[in-house]
Amino acid sequence: MNLWNRLMCTCRRRSPWLFHMNSGSCNGCDIELVASLTPRYDAEQLGVRLEGSPRHADILCITGPVTRNAVGAIQTVYGQVCGPKAVVAIGSCPATTNVFIDSRTLDGPLNKHIPVDVFVPGCPPRPDAIIQGVAKAAEILAKRGNNPPAADAAPEVVGGGAAACACNECKEVQP
Amino acid sequence: MNLITALARLLVFPGLLFAVPAAWFFLWVERKAVALMQGRVGPPFMQPFFDFIKLLGKTTPLREGISGLLMKAWPLLAVSAAAGAVALLPVLPSSGGFEGDLILLLALLEVPSMCIIAAGFSSRSIFGEIGSAREAVLSVSYNVVFLLAIVSIAASQHTFRLEALAQLPASPLRWLGVLAILVCLPAKLHLNPFSLPNAEQEIYSGPMVEYAGPELAMWELSHGLEWVAATGLVATLAAPHVTLWWIAAPIFVVLSFAIVLLLSVLASATARLAIDTTVRFYWQCTLIFAVLAISSVLFMRLRS
Repeated sequence: MNLWNRLMCTCRRRSPWLFHMNSGSCNGCDIELVASLTPRYDAEQLGVRLEGSPRHADILCITGPVTRNAVGAIQTVYGQVCGPKAVVAIGSCPATTNVFIDSRTLDGPLNKHIPVDVFVPGCPPRPDAIIQGVAKAAEILAKRGNNPPAADAAPEVVGGGAAACACNECKEVQP
Repeated sequence: MNLITALARLLVFPGLLFAVPAAWFFLWVERKAVALMQGRVGPPFMQPFFDFIKLLGKTTPLREGISGLLMKAWPLLAVSAAAGAVALLPVLPSSGGFEGDLILLLALLEVPSMCIIAAGFSSRSIFGEIGSAREAVLSVSYNVVFLLAIVSIAASQHTFRLEALAQLPASPLRWLGVLAILVCLPAKLHLNPFSLPNAEQEIYSGPMVEYAGPELAMWELSHGLEWVAATGLVATLAAPHVTLWWIAAPIFVVLSFAIVLLLSVLASATARLAIDTTVRFYWQCTLIFAVLAISSVLFMRLRS
């Protein structure tokens, strides 16, 4: 690996720009994603920026259980993100369709339609778990570069609800 | 000798070798100041550099035909005009070399804004078109004040040459002009409260919405260079004249930094205004000062 490639790898890891997409979510995970940019969690320390256009983004953050209406939009937006790119599925819904399983209006889970790199389960996941997931995705993206994701690569799962949280307050609330 | 000085100015100081790191530094100061004002830690020092290199390594969507070519050309034109504007600043007092007057500097400073308008329309995105229309309206409103302020400064000092302006002692009228230019800078740099063309929450990023990868990197760089050129212009007009270059250069850098800090704090303390409020602000409130400045200059010239 020459010097330019190593520099590019570092820069990709240190500058993940996100595009947030809702595929029928209840808005619980969406506000947690926004909460991870607030002063308390401050994801900008990792270089994270929430972009308005999928053209600018590196990491696609998808929430929601993937309704039938959303499938086309997900595929369009995934195509609009320029490579190298990674996908983070935020919440339990895109991973398993959660409590909406077997619903006629759904066409989930998310990895039926696009390759997912990181799952952040939780209903909703904590902002620190989301930040951890984004950091993991940035690492995967930096290593992979412009190559397409390997067909047999197992997606990462980060965060574990209250057990993974370092603060003692949530252990008291959710034992 | 002249050619060497010209090349040194264009490529070293205050040209590219100084201007590009300074552009990244100013972009970082802007983001960091906003973060500190919001009680956050903010991005690391190297963040604009990481963003730039990362964007260079991204792919761009395939665009065919003349509009694809144009979309590649606009950001390059904007960067080269902004770099030329920075190189024109008379930071080093020694005369000769890459010289130009205030009119050329103003023209070069205006080119990136026109490129943004054209870029939004050639991207054919509805958000881009709205952003371009807003940029055009904004440009019409602040430029009247901006140009009147520049003309009043030049008329009060009897010269359009930048070198001469930097060397002459400042008159009270020049300070009025500098104040009017400072009021126009947030609109020129698309900062809050005049961040209408690239309003993130309403029209995503306006004219830049379709740009990706290296093209977007060039837009970021041209924005940074605009920061350096615009703050440098104010620093040149406001700085005291020093003949020793090793004192003049730090004074220039410190003054530019202070202006960047001032504008960033203003940006984080205010919210975005609507387009009609912005236009009214420039045409009703600020124009009075510019007209006052230019009429008093004309009056003084008639008397003398």
